[in-house]
Amino acid sequence: MRVEREKLVLIGNGMAGVGTIEQILKLGGAYDITIFGSEPHPNYNRIMLSYVLEGSKSIEDIILNDRQWYADNNITLHTGTTVVKIDEEARQVIAENGLAVPYDKVIIATGSNSFILPVPGSTKEGVVGFRDIADCDAMLAAAKQYRTAAVIGGGLLGLEAAKGLVNLGMDVTVVHLLEDLMERQLDHTASSMLQAELKRQGVKFAMGKQTAELTGDERVNGLRFSDGSELQADFVVMAVGIKPNTQLAKDSGITVNRGIVVNDYLQTSMENVYSVGECTEHRGTCYGLVAPLFEQGMVLAKHLCGAATQPYEGSVVSTKLKISGVDVFSAGEFTDTPEHTVISAKDEWKRTYKKILLKDNVIVGAVLFGDVTESANLQKLVKQGTEMTDEIYSEVMGTGCCGGGGNAKKGMSVEAMADEEIVCGCNGVTKKTIVDAVTENGFTTVDEIKACTGATRSCGGCKPVVEQILQFVLGDSFKESAKAGICGCTPLSRDEIVAEITAKGLKTTKEVMNVLEWKQPEGCSKCRPAVNYYLGMIYPDTHEDEKESRFVNERMSANIQKDGTFTVVPRMYGGVTTPEDLKRIADVSLKYDVKVVKVTGGQRLDLIGVKKEDVPKVWEELDMPSGYAYAKSLRTVKTCVGNQFCRFGTQDSMGVGAMLERKYERLDFPAKFKMAVNGCPRNCAESCTKDIGIVGNDGGWEVFIGGNGGIKPRIADAFCKVKTDEELVEVCSAVMQFYRETGNYLERTSEWVERMGLEKIQSVILNNDENRRELAARIDFALAQVSDPWKKMLKEEDTRSALFEKVQH
Amino acid sequence: MENTNHEYTIGTAQHFLPQIGRVIGCGPVELAVFKTSDGQIFAVENKNPHPKGGPLAEGIVSGHYLYDPLYDWKIDLRSGEVQAPDNGKVATFPVTVDGDTVKVTLQGALIQSQI
Ligand SMILES: Cc1cc2nc3c(=O)[nH]c(=O)nc-3n(C[C@H](O)[C@H](O)[C@H](O)COP(=O)(O)OP(=O)(O)OC[C@H]3O[C@@H](n4cnc5c(N)ncnc54)[C@H](O)[C@@H]3O)c2cc1C
Ligand code: SF4
Ligand code: FES
Repeated sequence: MRVEREKLVLIGNGMAGVGTIEQILKLGGAYDITIFGSEPHPNYNRIMLSYVLEGSKSIEDIILNDRQWYADNNITLHTGTTVVKIDEEARQVIAENGLAVPYDKVIIATGSNSFILPVPGSTKEGVVGFRDIADCDAMLAAAKQYRTAAVIGGGLLGLEAAKGLVNLGMDVTVVHLLEDLMERQLDHTASSMLQAELKRQGVKFAMGKQTAELTGDERVNGLRFSDGSELQADFVVMAVGIKPNTQLAKDSGITVNRGIVVNDYLQTSMENVYSVGECTEHRGTCYGLVAPLFEQGMVLAKHLCGAATQPYEGSVVSTKLKISGVDVFSAGEFTDTPEHTVISAKDEWKRTYKKILLKDNVIVGAVLFGDVTESANLQKLVKQGTEMTDEIYSEVMGTGCCGGGGNAKKGMSVEAMADEEIVCGCNGVTKKTIVDAVTENGFTTVDEIKACTGATRSCGGCKPVVEQILQFVLGDSFKESAKAGICGCTPLSRDEIVAEITAKGLKTTKEVMNVLEWKQPEGCSKCRPAVNYYLGMIYPDTHEDEKESRFVNERMSANIQKDGTFTVVPRMYGGVTTPEDLKRIADVSLKYDVKVVKVTGGQRLDLIGVKKEDVPKVWEELDMPSGYAYAKSLRTVKTCVGNQFCRFGTQDSMGVGAMLERKYERLDFPAKFKMAVNGCPRNCAESCTKDIGIVGNDGGWEVFIGGNGGIKPRIADAFCKVKTDEELVEVCSAVMQFYRETGNYLERTSEWVERMGLEKIQSVILNNDENRRELAARIDFALAQVSDPWKKMLKEEDTRSALFEKVQH
Repeated sequence: MENTNHEYTIGTAQHFLPQIGRVIGCGPVELAVFKTSDGQIFAVENKNPHPKGGPLAEGIVSGHYLYDPLYDWKIDLRSGEVQAPDNGKVATFPVTVDGDTVKVTLQGALIQSQI
C-alpha cells in the first residue's frame, strides 16, 4: 500500500534549485521529485568555475551532487532538457522535446544568462560569456590556441576570468567602462589598490573605454572603442552583467518584472508555482550571489514542507574576490556620502585598506583590501545593523588593549545569529547545523566540523565565523581544544611539539604521538611528515628517517604524476650541464620511453612519465645525482650568465650558484627552497621571487630573502650586503638554519619572513656574530650527514623492490 | 558466468614493509597491499576512488586508515570506505596469512567484471 505523494517539479538544475531540494530532503518532505536542467551536467558549484579556469580545480572537483545522489534520493533527472512552458490548465510542465510532466508544485530556478553587449560583431566566433561549464571549456580551449584576450567588464566575474586567462598564459586586457574596477562593491581607494595589484600579476587594463564594435571576419580579431581607439584580441570574454532567465515564466503567463516576481514566501503570481535564485525578483531586488539564494531556498523548503518559517525579507550581500594573491571584501554600503561617518585605515607599505561606514552610528557597510581576516565579523555586524561601540571598534580596527573584551564581544554576535542563518555560503551550511555537530557529535575543531558538515570546505571565507561558533558553544573548553594545533590529531602547536621533543628527548614519531597523547595514535598525513621533519632537524646525526612518514614523492625520491607514473629530474648545478650529460639523458629517455622532456623554470630537465618499476633503472643508467625535485629541500639555484660571458656581469653567478647548490643540496627544510644568483643588478635570473636571491654588484653581493613566485607571489626583502664569497656563504647558512629551526612544516620563507618579521631575522643573524657563526656551524653539521638517496636505494635491494617493483601473479 | 574464487599466494609476511604499500598484480586486478603496524595485512584494488583516479599503494598508512597519495582522501583499509567529507569505496579483498604465506582471494565474478 503506497500513499500517493505530491509531485514536485524543479526547473533549473543549478545552485538555488538543488539547494532547495536538499533542504526539502533534510526536512523529510514527502514529494515525488523531478528535476529539469538545460545543461548536460549534474548539479555543480558554479562559483568554483573560477578555480577551474585558474587551474586549481577540475570539473569533477566541483560537482556537488553526482547522478548517484539523484538516484539515491529517488529523484528523476532530465539533463540537457530545457523546459519551455508551465501549463496551468493541464497542470503540466512541458519541455522542449515534448516531454510533459504533471505537477502539484513547481519551483522555477532558471538562474540567469550572461549579458552580451548588443554591439556589432558580438555574435562572432571567439566571443563568450562566463557562466557555465561550456564557457569555461571554451576559454580553456582558446588559451591553448590563441595569445591575446580581452575581458570586457571589470567586475568580480571579469577579473576572475582575466586572472584565469593570465594563468593560462594569455596576454589579457580588461576593458572597463568606468575608471574604477568592481565599482559596485569597492570605493575608489580599494579599487585603485586592486588594479595596482592585478597589474603586478600581469593583467593589463583599458579603463574608461566603451566598446563600440567587435572587429574581424568570422572570428573576432579586436575591439573598437567609442573614442576610435582599438585593441587587438583573438578572444573576447563578456563579463558585463547577468540577465535573469525569465523567458519560460513569461511564456507561461507569470508576472515578470526584471526577474520573476515573488512574495516573501517565494510564491509567483501563478498558484503552486514558486521561484528562487537569480531568476527571482524579491521586493524589487534580483540577487547575483549564492548567499541570498540559499536563504531564499531555506524559507521555501520549510514552506513546502509545512514547517514554521519566518518570511524571507531580503539579504545583505557581501562579496569576496576569489583569485589567488588578492584579498578583497565588501559588504553593505561602500561608497561614502555626507550622511556617513567613515572609519578608515590605509597602509601603503603593507598594502592594506580597511573602511567601515556608519549611518547614525549603525554599521552599514565595510570594505577590506589586502587583509580580510575581519571579513566574516564585519559581514555579520553589517547584516545585523549593529551599533558601533568602543569594544567593536577596537575589535575590528585591531587597536584593542585587552583581548578578552574583544573575544567576549565576538561570542555575543554569534549568539545573536539566527539558527537558519547561512554561515558557509559556498556549501549552504547553517549555524544550527554547526552547533548540532558540536553538541551532538562532540566535535571541537574546525577540521572536524568541515569533515561532518562541509563548512569551510570551498573558499574558506567562513572559517572565522565557524571558529567563533565553536568558541561560543564550547566556552572555556574551546581554548584548550581549538588552539592552533598542527592538525586534527593534536592541540599542540609546532613550537610546543618541538619544545617537548627536546625536553623529553623523544626519538620517533611513534614516541612523540604516544607521549604527547595524539588523538589518532599513528597521526595523519599532515602531522606524521611534520613530526618526522622536526625530529630530523633536532637530531640530524641520530634520527632515523621514517620512510613510512614521508609523502610519496619523498619516500620514492621521485615525483608522482596523476596517472601514477613518475618524473625523474637529475641535478644540474647552477643550471649548467655538459654535452656528455645531455647525451646520456637523451639515451636513457629514449630507452625508457619518457613521455616528455621538459626544461623547468628552475633551469633543469624533467623526464616526465617514467613507469614506476623503471624508475630505479633510469637512475642507475643516468648515474647522476638526484635533483630533489620532489623534496622539501634545496631545489635549484638559478643563475644568469654572469661575468664569465656576459658583458654586464660583475660577478661569477654561474660559479657561485653551482657552489651554493653543491653545498646545500639534500638537506631537509620545512618546505621546498629555491635560490638564484645574478651577476649584476639586471637580475636576469629573477632573484626577487626566490627564498634566497643573490645579486652581484661591483663590491660584492646583495642578499634578498622571502621571495615567492607561487600561489601567493611575494617580492623578496633586501636582507643585507656582503663583500666576500665567504661572508655570503655564512649569511646564507645562517638564514637557512634559522628557517630550519623556526619554520612550521610546509611554511615557505615568504610566510616565515612575514610571521617572524624581517627585523627580527636581521637582528638574530646580522647583529650577533656569534649567533650567526653557530647557526652556520649547525647547518654544516647537518649537511655532513646527508647522502644521495639513489646511490643508497640502488644498493638496498629490499627497499627498492618493496617500493618500486610490481609482481605479477 | 563462472563464480569460483581464485586464491593467489602473494608472498611472505616479511615481504611487506610496515606501513608501506606494495603493488601486486593478481590476474587482471592490480592490488595495493599494506601491512599495518599491528602486523595485519590488507589488500585493496590499486585504484583511487577519486573521480580522477590514480594509484593508492603510495599513500600514508595510519592505524587501519590510508591517506591516498594524490588527493589525501582518508580510506578505511578494512571496509574500503572513503571517510567523510569525501565519499566513495575501494574494492577490498580478503587476505589470509597461513604460517608465513600471504594469500589473497579474488572472487570469480569480480575478476570477470574487472576485465
Ligand atoms: C564564474 C562565476 C563565479 C561566481 N562566483 C561567485 C562567488 O564567489 N560568490 C557568490 O556568491 N556567487 C558567485 N557567482 C554567482 C553564483 O554562481 C550564482 O549566484 C548562482 O549560481 C545562482 O544560482 P541559480 O540556481 O539561481 O542559478 P544557476 O546556478 O545558474 O542555475 C540555473 C540552472 O537552470 C538551468 N536552466 C535555465 N533555464 C532552464 C529551463 N528553461 N529548463 C531547464 N533548465 C534551465 C540552467 O542551465 C542552469 O543550470 C559566480 C558565478 C559565476 C558564473
Ligand atoms: S644579471 Fe647581469 S650579469 Fe647576469 S646575465 Fe643579466 S645582465 Fe648579465
Ligand atoms: S563560505 Fe566558502 S567555504 Fe564556507
